[in-house]
Amino acid sequence: MDGLVQITEHLASLGVDLTTEAGGPKRATSLLSRRVPLAAPEAQLATLDAVPLAAGDFEAAIAGAGFEGGLLPAKLEFFQINIGKLCNMTCRHCHVDSGPDRLTENMDRATVDACLRALDATDAHTVDITGGAPELNPHFRYLVDACVERGKHVIDRCNLTVLLVPRFRDLPEYLADRGVEVVCSLPHYRQRNTDAQRGDGTYEKSIRALHRLNEVGYGQGDPRRRLTLMSNPAGAFLAANQAELEGEWRRGLQAEHGITFDRLICLNNMPIARYLEWLVEKGQLAAYMERLTNAFNPAAVAGVMCRNTLSISWDGRLYDCDFNQMLDLEVELPGGARPSVHDLDATALQQRRIVTARHCFGCTAGQGSSCGGATA
Amino acid sequence: METYYDPADLPKFGQIAEGNPDLARKFFAWYNAVFAEGALTAREKSLIALAVSHAVQCPYCIDAYSKDALEKGSDLEQMTEAMHVAAAIRGGASLVHGVQMLNHVHKTGM
Repeated sequence: MDGLVQITEHLASLGVDLTTEAGGPKRATSLLSRRVPLAAPEAQLATLDAVPLAAGDFEAAIAGAGFEGGLLPAKLEFFQINIGKLCNMTCRHCHVDSGPDRLTENMDRATVDACLRALDATDAHTVDITGGAPELNPHFRYLVDACVERGKHVIDRCNLTVLLVPRFRDLPEYLADRGVEVVCSLPHYRQRNTDAQRGDGTYEKSIRALHRLNEVGYGQGDPRRRLTLMSNPAGAFLAANQAELEGEWRRGLQAEHGITFDRLICLNNMPIARYLEWLVEKGQLAAYMERLTNAFNPAAVAGVMCRNTLSISWDGRLYDCDFNQMLDLEVELPGGARPSVHDLDATALQQRRIVTARHCFGCTAGQGSSCGGATA
Repeated sequence: METYYDPADLPKFGQIAEGNPDLARKFFAWYNAVFAEGALTAREKSLIALAVSHAVQCPYCIDAYSKDALEKGSDLEQMTEAMHVAAAIRGGASLVHGVQMLNHVHKTGM
């Protein structure tokens, strides 16, 4: 419970109560806080498995695309650390089920240090820090500094509104000084879909945060100040083609707000956690799963992120991706061992088979989808 | 209930090949080429298709291109403006015939 005490003290110092609208827009509440059955990963997996689908076997689908033995790891490039589930927002589609109520599941200093030791044992070139709102973790800057010192490319997956928390006013400058890439969530360059997915007021706050990032040099073509916008569909449909949309987003954000950015990536929503609940409530689950399986793109398989990424949870467990992490599907070595970040063996990990289930169709539909955008 | 329009018929569109596979193949090839990214973006073409769907009042097309417009990154406001373009042309097309009416009235009236 030391961690909890620390988080509570940390929150008290932020200058705003994260549970309020002032702390961050709220579109939903966490499944966990409502104690609904779908909060449990097993219930989510069972819900997906119960959908009648003509071609709902992921392993069979990838076998048809030339991956008969299942998915095997490629070279490890991305070390993705989910530093905690605490967030100042509660977006409707959140696959993490994050929110201001997730106080206990946040990485402590000892686990951060274990991550750094594990990182040193791999050749990963990029550390991708996600959450929750990763900036809310008291050890966020310690982790960033340690990764930058090691010469790693660092990504901060930022919800933008957290940059308006009073205590974090210096964050854009802090990130810019260290060459951290900021990958921020913005479902649409216009207001309607942004607020519909992330909560009223999100758009306006996001625009203010983007201005601050532009002011410190982000989004102007400098590779050490890279500003990436990340769009998820605000509904039960697939992500748009990022290459086709980028120009329009550029013109729209420039004309309406004078904002510039470096690149746009588009991701499909994963049918788990709060997005899964939304699909069920809207009666759209079967249609969405059909959409994903019908849009299965064989060319998107080779580039799925689980092949070049290792995902680490707040408590130091290892996963093939952040989605498997939320579904409690840990990495599994031949023989059944499930190592943690404390006993990570990079060579042994390369021998594993990636754990898959029906949610994986989210990454192979359409243009393909990953934390880096399209894969096909 | 039997109806003239059934949503389940839309995914069966390809079955029109049954009576003449060659023409169907040509049609679908041409159709796909029409919607490819070109001098207009795929998103712009999708909004045009959505507007025309309303003008020709094709329920299949409205379903298909509402979904397509969303997947191409359009939002409700943009889709609504496209729909109003179709409605304005339809309304205007009626009204502009009023000149013919006026001509008739002026020619035959006092």
